[in-house]
Amino acid sequence: MYIIVIGAGKVGWNLARELLEKEHEVTVIENNRRRYLTVEQELEHNVSYGDASELWVLERAGIQRADMVIAVTGDDEDNMLICQVAKEKYEVERIIARVNNPRNKPHFDLLGIKPSVSATDLILRLLEHEVPEYGLVHLLDLQEEQLEIIEMLLGKDCGVTGRRVGDLEMPEGSLLISVLRNGKGFVPGPDTVLEVGDEVLAVLDPGHEEQLKVLFGPAESGQGNGANGL
Amino acid sequence: MFILIVGCGRVGSSVARAMLKEGHEVSCLDEDAESHARLEVGLDRGWEDLGGQFTVGAGLETDALVAAGIEKADAFIASTDGDNTNIVIAQIAQRRYEVPTVIARILDPLRAEWYQRQGLHTVCPTRVAIDMLESAVREGAPRGAGPSDGAVETA
Repeated sequence: MYIIVIGAGKVGWNLARELLEKEHEVTVIENNRRRYLTVEQELEHNVSYGDASELWVLERAGIQRADMVIAVTGDDEDNMLICQVAKEKYEVERIIARVNNPRNKPHFDLLGIKPSVSATDLILRLLEHEVPEYGLVHLLDLQEEQLEIIEMLLGKDCGVTGRRVGDLEMPEGSLLISVLRNGKGFVPGPDTVLEVGDEVLAVLDPGHEEQLKVLFGPAESGQGNGANGL
Repeated sequence: MFILIVGCGRVGSSVARAMLKEGHEVSCLDEDAESHARLEVGLDRGWEDLGGQFTVGAGLETDALVAAGIEKADAFIASTDGDNTNIVIAQIAQRRYEVPTVIARILDPLRAEWYQRQGLHTVCPTRVAIDMLESAVREGAPRGAGPSDGAVETA
């Protein structure tokens, strides 16, 4: 694939490096002269100097034949408009934009810039992954398609361990699609019995998370889990 | 008409004053509180006393746009000093708030032309300057009409 990366900051530079390793053709466009000279020492002809907001700079980089444009500058307006032009003027099939300020996310959506990726969102997701209290991780959120895939780790106090998948009262519009056990994944059948330590993936209509959280959360034990009766 | 002008520099402030004088309701939004002083240049009374509105905030902030009255605006002018900001906020005004008349100042002639074709009303001062310079050169041509004249002149 021919991929144009806009912005040779930490994100852009590392992204370009990875993509080159995967044997893609890559051009990085950087508009800060000093940064360009630094990055050029490693990426050589794969980096180009110029302001990608200007159409001729994009054209010089060969945007007409690009399969993908990834805009990861530190400026949301730049990222938005470069992607808009890539998509609508040059008909680049795939675009990815970085959102620096999560408050600008609705603007990306309004201009039809999808997907747009925000580091804050990613860290929040990691947080969900790392902090057990959350217990549930968003793996994929397809807003257009109204579909979500989440991952849940079944803990010791989980209410569904030891039970058959076929016996679970799964909320309507949700489905268990995979179980990861001892490093191996398989598709569960009705007779699969869930165990402690299983990681299960479920696909669901957005909005059913809470029900799943309750079902796969801690079992209702008489003692309660330190319920603070304040 | 209620006119919202985002970006109150030399261009924005002049347009704002002219529109106010014509009897329109005018609201200005600018990141810099100091821009308020520019609005009052040449006015004998304060901007607010004359019925103008001024809000401090960024054009990309929805709250600021709403505070400045975008929801009731009949016309929206994006005249900040950044092309990208102008293009983005003009599209927000157009698509999200459905302001009937939206005008964006874009210095870059290539993009001004493309966005114009996409249905955005753009004004490109650079284009205007290029055209004026070109015709000024053509009209002022008599002196250097022919190569021989030029040679004589230098001699």
